Amino acid sequence: MTVKSTNQVTEYPDHVGYAEDSRQAFFTDTSVCIGCKACEVACKEWNRNPVEGYELSGNSYDNTGSLGADTWRHVAFIEQDQDRIEQARESGRALVGLGMPSVGNPADTAPSVAGEPVHPDTPDFRWLMSSDVCKHCTNAGCLDVCPTGALFRTEFGTVVVQDDVCNGCGTCVAGCPFGVIERRADGGVEKRDTREGEDFTEGVSAKARNIGVAQKCTLCYDRLKDGLQPACQKACPTESIQFGDRDEMLRRAHERLAVLHSQGKTEARLYGANDLDGVGGTGSIFLLLDAPEVYGLPPDPRVPTADLPAMAKKAALAAAGMAAAVVGSFLIGART
Amino acid sequence: MTNQFDNYRDPVEPRRRKGQGGPGGPGGPGGKKRRRRGAGAMDGSREERMVPDMQFESYYGKPVVKAPPWEWPIGAYLFLGGVAGGSSLLGLGAQLTDRPILRRNSRLAAITAAGAGSLALIADLGRPERLLNMFRVVKLSSPMNLGSWLLAGFSTMAAVAAAAEVDDLTGRRLPLPEMVRTVTHQAAAPTAGAVAGALGAPLAVYTAVLFGDTSNPAWNAAKYHLPFLFVSSASAASGGLAMITTPVNEAGPARVLAATGAVCDVAVTKAMHSQLDEVSVEPYHHGTAGKLMTWAERLVIAGGVGTLLAGRHRVGAALSGAALLAGSALTRFGVLEAGHHSVTDPKYVVEPQKARLAQRQRAGDTGDNITTGR
Repeated sequence: MTVKSTNQVTEYPDHVGYAEDSRQAFFTDTSVCIGCKACEVACKEWNRNPVEGYELSGNSYDNTGSLGADTWRHVAFIEQDQDRIEQARESGRALVGLGMPSVGNPADTAPSVAGEPVHPDTPDFRWLMSSDVCKHCTNAGCLDVCPTGALFRTEFGTVVVQDDVCNGCGTCVAGCPFGVIERRADGGVEKRDTREGEDFTEGVSAKARNIGVAQKCTLCYDRLKDGLQPACQKACPTESIQFGDRDEMLRRAHERLAVLHSQGKTEARLYGANDLDGVGGTGSIFLLLDAPEVYGLPPDPRVPTADLPAMAKKAALAAAGMAAAVVGSFLIGART
Repeated sequence: MTNQFDNYRDPVEPRRRKGQGGPGGPGGPGGKKRRRRGAGAMDGSREERMVPDMQFESYYGKPVVKAPPWEWPIGAYLFLGGVAGGSSLLGLGAQLTDRPILRRNSRLAAITAAGAGSLALIADLGRPERLLNMFRVVKLSSPMNLGSWLLAGFSTMAAVAAAAEVDDLTGRRLPLPEMVRTVTHQAAAPTAGAVAGALGAPLAVYTAVLFGDTSNPAWNAAKYHLPFLFVSSASAASGGLAMITTPVNEAGPARVLAATGAVCDVAVTKAMHSQLDEVSVEPYHHGTAGKLMTWAERLVIAGGVGTLLAGRHRVGAALSGAALLAGSALTRFGVLEAGHHSVTDPKYVVEPQKARLAQRQRAGDTGDNITTGR
């Protein structure tokens, strides 16, 4: 599939110098995630990300909450009853019908297993687990709006912050449609960071690095440079997290989706595998078992810079109006 | 009771329905059967559901996008940047129409506001010592980057123009060589004043693009309204400031600009509120942002009416100007706060996105869904 540029202002692969076939990506297959959080731990350890506290959230087994400056992998836990499993199956089935309107009712064309429930283990209850991560978008909102050039596109097609360049203006935080990137807490204007000092390694003092700087998943840029796999994927015991060439990840995602559909699990769907979506496809492809918003993902993300030319036109019009108002004021004001 | 596992749980609050406001209740565990059958099929496959059922499952009511770490200094800068831009335009007009007091006051206002605003911006940086990294690149896709260049250029020009005024204010006592003084007053200040005036409107409007060009639901939804709101607010505020600082006989243009700005401010706010969809406009109505916007409107109306009725009396002009300034400041803080509020509840992100996705699919455009079934 060809990469669609949303406009000529937005950064996209044709503008930057990475070869399309060298683009690296994650494929996170949530259908085999067991919620062990090894990815979270491996990520935190490798990247020396500060601890965020040890509070229990009460939200199933998720005590991490969300992605952020200090959390670059986050495992979501969702508990669902039979009702919602069926809803998910139905919405997934409808999704299969999309794009081929000539075939008629999507429900008829979807592969299905007649009669019996298809989850032999838990017929009326299921646990969804999904390891969320930065999407490394083709059209990355954070990268587009970054004023310093601290965010850049690597030779692997990923999006990485240069810690020593970022001045913590926070524009990327607002630019990300997925709520991934965040400024590492310094308290902003009123400094309130207290996380200096000892960390979890006994006898070794490690201070929180990159305070006041935007932080997010680098897709282990440092490890990739040395020919290694990302830490989270290395640690994943079920191959729920897979890593490799994006084309290969896409192929595996579609393959896995077909397998699940053939088993009647029509709730399965891909997220980020479409290069025509609002962010030009993602470098982190997910196989989800329910609608994206159930996992806290936006259902129709759109890189904000796609509309920048239109906004600029409105702004030019508004500025011209203001200048005209001033001219008029002096013409009229001379007589008052 | 949904299933046997609920026996072990604390009772959960019922999941939030549309229109109840407030942060989303906890979703997920033991969720009650509140959704109608098939409510999940918001994917356009069901022709009959023309009005979208806006209920959705959220992830424990957690935000989908993050609020930028922009605190009160950013609100202050939005206001001050508008004042600076409008004042430089007034200064240029006064310079061309020979109004020395209005020119002096406007030039001083422009550099003071731009300077104070710059300090506020720097204070909000995570790493203020890396301020100059803003000027590493010129990047068309980053309104923050272009805005930094704009603000730097504007401030430089406004400073040169104001330097001449300061020299006059101090009775030209500074022992400058006569040639330097002549060049400053005759050539540099008028030129710089003209350039600052030309940059004034862009300075007042770019922050609107900066806010619109984000994934923040409240700001992004208003992306085509904010530019007009911001220039109106800037016109009202800078006109109001000149009405305070400048005697009435020279402040005629400032009064007209202030009144025009006030009228446009109210009109644009009304248009924004009526043209945005119900969910997207909600953050501008509720809570702190709603209060700020309401009071902003009251003050702007009061200031505008005061300008028209009592603008030619010194006290009336000053009071009206103060009301317009306060109204403009509250407008900016209201917009900032609305954005912060809009990320607290995932519905502001998810519902408009689901609605537009469904709309595109009804229109037959099915190829751009990020969720794909094959």
